[in-house]
Amino acid sequence: MNIQADLYVLSPELILAVGALVLLLVGALRGDRSTGLISWLSVALIVASAYMSLVVGNETAFNGAFIMDSFARFTKAVILWSSVGCVLMAEHFFRTEKNVRFELPVLILLATLGMSLMVSAANFIALYMGLELQSLALYVLAAFKRDSVRSSEAGLKYFVLGSLSSGMMLYGISLIYGFAGTMDFAGVAKVVAASGVGIGVLFGIVFLIAGLAFKISAVPFHMWTPDVYEGAPTPITAYLATASKVASFALVLRALLIPFPAAVHQWQQIIIFISVLSMGLGAFAAIGQTNIKRLMAYSSIGHMGYALLGLAAGTQMGVRGMLFYMAFYALTNLGVFACIQAMRRNGQAVENIDDLAGLARTRPRHAFALATMMLSLSGLPPLAGILAKSFIFLAAIEAHLYVLAAFGVLTSVVGAYYYLRIVKTMYFDEPAPAFDANMGWSLSLIATIGTAFSIFFVVNAGGLLDAANAAALALIK
Amino acid sequence: MTWPILSVVTFLPMLGAILIALMARGNSPMARGTSRWIALWTTVVTFAVSLLLIKHFDPASAEFQFVEKHDWLGVAAYHMGVDGISLPFVILTTALMPLCILASWTSVQKRVKEYMIAFLALETLMIGTFSALDLVLFYLFFEGGLIPMFLIIGVWGGPRRVYASFKFFLYTLLGSVLMLLAIMAMYWQAGTTDIAVLLHHGFPVGMQKWLWFAFFASFAVKMPMWPVHTWLPDAHVEAPTAGSVILAAILLKMGGYGFLRFSLPMFPDASHLFAPLVFTLSVVAIVYTSLVALMQEDVKKLIAYSSVAHMGFVTMGIFAATEQGVQGGIFQMISHGIVSGALFLCVGVVYDRMHTREIAAYGGLVNRMPIYAACFMVFTLANVGLPGTGGFVGEFLTMLGAFLFNTWIAIFAATGVILSAAYALFLYRRIIFGALVKPALQTIQDLSAREIAILAPLVVITILMGVYPKPVFDVTSASVANLVQQHKAAVAYDRAPPKLAQGGSK
Repeated sequence: MNIQADLYVLSPELILAVGALVLLLVGALRGDRSTGLISWLSVALIVASAYMSLVVGNETAFNGAFIMDSFARFTKAVILWSSVGCVLMAEHFFRTEKNVRFELPVLILLATLGMSLMVSAANFIALYMGLELQSLALYVLAAFKRDSVRSSEAGLKYFVLGSLSSGMMLYGISLIYGFAGTMDFAGVAKVVAASGVGIGVLFGIVFLIAGLAFKISAVPFHMWTPDVYEGAPTPITAYLATASKVASFALVLRALLIPFPAAVHQWQQIIIFISVLSMGLGAFAAIGQTNIKRLMAYSSIGHMGYALLGLAAGTQMGVRGMLFYMAFYALTNLGVFACIQAMRRNGQAVENIDDLAGLARTRPRHAFALATMMLSLSGLPPLAGILAKSFIFLAAIEAHLYVLAAFGVLTSVVGAYYYLRIVKTMYFDEPAPAFDANMGWSLSLIATIGTAFSIFFVVNAGGLLDAANAAALALIK
Repeated sequence: MTWPILSVVTFLPMLGAILIALMARGNSPMARGTSRWIALWTTVVTFAVSLLLIKHFDPASAEFQFVEKHDWLGVAAYHMGVDGISLPFVILTTALMPLCILASWTSVQKRVKEYMIAFLALETLMIGTFSALDLVLFYLFFEGGLIPMFLIIGVWGGPRRVYASFKFFLYTLLGSVLMLLAIMAMYWQAGTTDIAVLLHHGFPVGMQKWLWFAFFASFAVKMPMWPVHTWLPDAHVEAPTAGSVILAAILLKMGGYGFLRFSLPMFPDASHLFAPLVFTLSVVAIVYTSLVALMQEDVKKLIAYSSVAHMGFVTMGIFAATEQGVQGGIFQMISHGIVSGALFLCVGVVYDRMHTREIAAYGGLVNRMPIYAACFMVFTLANVGLPGTGGFVGEFLTMLGAFLFNTWIAIFAATGVILSAAYALFLYRRIIFGALVKPALQTIQDLSAREIAILAPLVVITILMGVYPKPVFDVTSASVANLVQQHKAAVAYDRAPPKLAQGGSK
């Protein structure tokens, strides 16, 4: 085996890994004052990694443990954009909080590296390694505001529950290995196809899904989500909500579709079950929230339910819909969190929905951006969200999951209520004292991109759809 | 036509909205003026361009005209076009918009810029709804209208605006998400979302029933039909005047248009099968909501309930599926669009002066407002359906259509005509006639030049439609004849399939 060729395939990850280590050294030598520089270099590294992942063709490396295909490329593009956004947001956040630490961008880089490995993993060991690298970095990031009790609590909760889920998943993987005798996705697929779905493999799948469901915060493994979302610093919440979700979702797709196409009827039932619960809980539990970050937590639970609907369909159409949905979800959520981060009054971050009252009059552009993205998330035409949802439902109808699709659209009407409530607060209510004027260019940029995507996507959806289509083809023919 | 006239008509208002967003800065009197004038000019120009549609429309053809088709989403195409059924609604929309802008000229002082942008965006979405020839495109336009209307009610509405706007939004959304699923099912069955193709597709009868119900859920709420009409009175009462006008005159008609464009021709067997259901609901709506209207103390609520009753005639006519019935349904929608819009404008006139919609707060207005009283009378009589006004033709034809179908239906519906005379004239007497005793009314002013400019064209059209309805029928007749004939053929075919054609027909 040619090690050079392998390393070339791995170059997007190598850039991140080596870069993160070098930046750590730079930080250690020059201290916290170099944080700005390190942030910018991080962005440059992520961009370079994104470039390399486009340049490297469809290849596999390390005896098939690592795979670079159009699916990996698509999800990496989404993850890397989310990471760039989060680095910029974090830089702004901690600068305004006057709590600058050079470790932050480095940790984000490491988490990104983990995600990048996750989406390319074609082997359970590689999968677990990427997942843990991501998770460990995220635990620290969630607790990054050390002087805040809520942030520490969020980090601890995330850590304890995350470890539990990792343990479950590892147990599932070991069961699968024990009964299939191999770690390779393709190898497992062969064994399962040949000898049928034994009870051991079945248990393995169940534990695997349980662990993964925790990462994407699907019901009933969602308990951590609202607390962590609320407690973690806003840019980190954004990171958890976007990049981490997309990577975990990519993992769900690859780890179910490649090794277990023969067990589709078994895992489909579980996916339908958690999809229905997530859609329902996401819609109803969000109604009573007063904190906007908690609301976004429930919203993301609901969105995971919709995306899982595509997997439940188990078709190429469904995978395409899911990928498309995740791209929409990440882009829009990033913009929403940029808007949330810009909610500062007299230098203090505020997070209550009531604080948004009358924003349309005090900060019209801020309100317009947030309203557009909220309506897009709720799936109202002609914004981007309805197309994303449509492709999911289209797949569900194709797979004759009529009841599931009907349940999905009905919960989306319930969901529309709480998104509208935010629009109502901003547009109908009497103004609260205005937010601080200077939003910062990075937040404006991220929010503008999210808004523009929501509005103009309908005009030309072709490019992203084609990319999602190609990515789906890599997984399922 | 060498230029895409339909797209221009559709997106011109949006262009105006963008222009306002760019040109009017802040909330200065100057910015307000700019917003108003740009909005007015945009709507007037849009109306003028839309008149070209009439000029170049070939009334003898039942085909879609001014067709534009471009690749767009892969699944769906950007496909636009109008026929005799949709053209009147496009014109109705473009004609009423300038009047709505004028009606808001002085009554809206709060956030004028956003108000005008919302209205112009709404106009684009409404025209798009009537001219879309692709189901996905139609859905985007149809549903997209919810957002600006939600804002219009919620930001510029009355005291219970939040409740009303949410109710409006969620009711309508709930109805139409089911339609979305039906659209997808149709896509998988037929392999396309092109309306022109789907009109001739012929869905299996079993599937038609489900699809019909899904579409019915959406359009019945929009129309609105009893018993899902309860959002309408709330929305009307709380909406600003121009919002009520648009709601009554155009948004409600989307339901009827939907029945004509989708339910009847695409699901003929289901339509035939469920026609008794529709008739029952229509008759209940006509009788029940008329009685409810009699009891109202709020002017706008009364007109809102009368709208529900009038829409009952429309659904009755459409599902009679005879030429008279369908023609009457379309005509009734157009005339109701103008008359109810005008009535809401009339209410707006006195509301601007007195800031109350309580009927009891008025009385004897004829003494100080003779011109107003005359205008109001024309619209009241048209609302009653007096011969010589637009209201008569539609009601007469729909009842004629229903009569051929079932005598009892027509008899019950006819009582609605009497009841409508009761509540409309009762309203007129309480507001206009009597002695002018209320102290607040002593100094009330008659119509201003602007208000006359708004109401005068509507008076003329209302009477013209009553005495000379032919121009409307000319436009619609070919398409309606085609629709009815195809519907009959489809129903007859599925009742008794001719042996020779089995398997080879579509």
